[in-house]
Amino acid sequence: MIEAALQFALAAITLAILLCAWRLFRGPEVPDRLLAMDTLYISVVALVILLGMGWGTRLLFEAALIVALLGFVSTVALARYLSRGDVME
Amino acid sequence: MNRTSRLARAGWGAHPVLSLLVATVWLLMQESLVVPQLITAALLGLLVPRLFHRFIGPRVRLRRAGLLLRFIVLVLWDILISNLTVARIVLTPGSNPKPAWVRVPLETQNHTAIVMLATIITATPGTVSCIVDEERREILVHALDCDDPEAMAGQIKQRYEAPLKEILG
Amino acid sequence: MMTTMTMSDLPLWAEILISLMLVTGGLFVLIGAIGMVRFPDFYMRLHAPTKATTLGVGGVLLASMGYSWQTGHFGAGELLIGPFLFLTAPVSANLLAKAALHLRVPTRAEVPPDIPLD
Repeated sequence: MIEAALQFALAAITLAILLCAWRLFRGPEVPDRLLAMDTLYISVVALVILLGMGWGTRLLFEAALIVALLGFVSTVALARYLSRGDVME
Repeated sequence: MNRTSRLARAGWGAHPVLSLLVATVWLLMQESLVVPQLITAALLGLLVPRLFHRFIGPRVRLRRAGLLLRFIVLVLWDILISNLTVARIVLTPGSNPKPAWVRVPLETQNHTAIVMLATIITATPGTVSCIVDEERREILVHALDCDDPEAMAGQIKQRYEAPLKEILG
Repeated sequence: MMTTMTMSDLPLWAEILISLMLVTGGLFVLIGAIGMVRFPDFYMRLHAPTKATTLGVGGVLLASMGYSWQTGHFGAGELLIGPFLFLTAPVSANLLAKAALHLRVPTRAEVPPDIPLD
């Protein structure tokens, strides 16, 4: 039963990532693309966790943690760049 | 002067909650509880707040800690419910939600309370706090589906701001 | 890809619970993405990621943690990722909203006129 649920979740999240990619290319505004990136990396965190579960390894959780950290920092930096024109003051 | 107060003045162990948090995070990263890791966690817990204590704001005081737990449960429940509400809006074909900007005037002047209120508003699906204006004491909220902005502002104030005010003072 | 998967004998209630959390998690991440594609203006789309993190990633993380416990592994790293995403999502949403207001991204609902946008 878990196998089936895992496959379902993997399919759903892959589809979610494709939808994010569509919004990323489609825009139309720059913040839209940034928002799509943000949602995309959150979905990737979920995907990596699920892969770790399916492959029976705990190593991938650290990969997920790094994706989460980098995703947040880059969203913050880019959003600040959009509203301030620079990242550091 | 006794030893502990001298240590506290130097910044060692001045932030016990933060020290505990750092140590816990280290142990969670290692996913082990062997003695060397416990020692490392304790050392990091002491060292990291000391290194960063210049960037840590004044200590947050809880006036009514007992209320906090009930408030957390209330917020988590609200998050669950509004998740389902927004999911229904997304999945209903041809649904046409009415977005609105909601101005929430603030009564509390406590910085921590304002930040927590803004975070809670965003964490509940369906509302995002867009501009937190501490000078004019107002939060500008975008609501995904809202017929009556004033009623929603009142609800946010009564449901979240009032308990926060009581907890943090 | 999934051929290496070995599922040990879990009690039935654990299997049901973990499967349920997997399905819920996957569904809510997907619903968040659908909302982001479907809604007509930026500020409405902004509501998508907060939803994807709370129930979506939350469900997936709980399932993974429960699974690793049931298979006799002390795994609690998910307790780091979950709260991290939960606490950072409002921060990035707020910064995205500020950037959009600054750039005067079109909105369906009128922004009140006396709000300082810069």
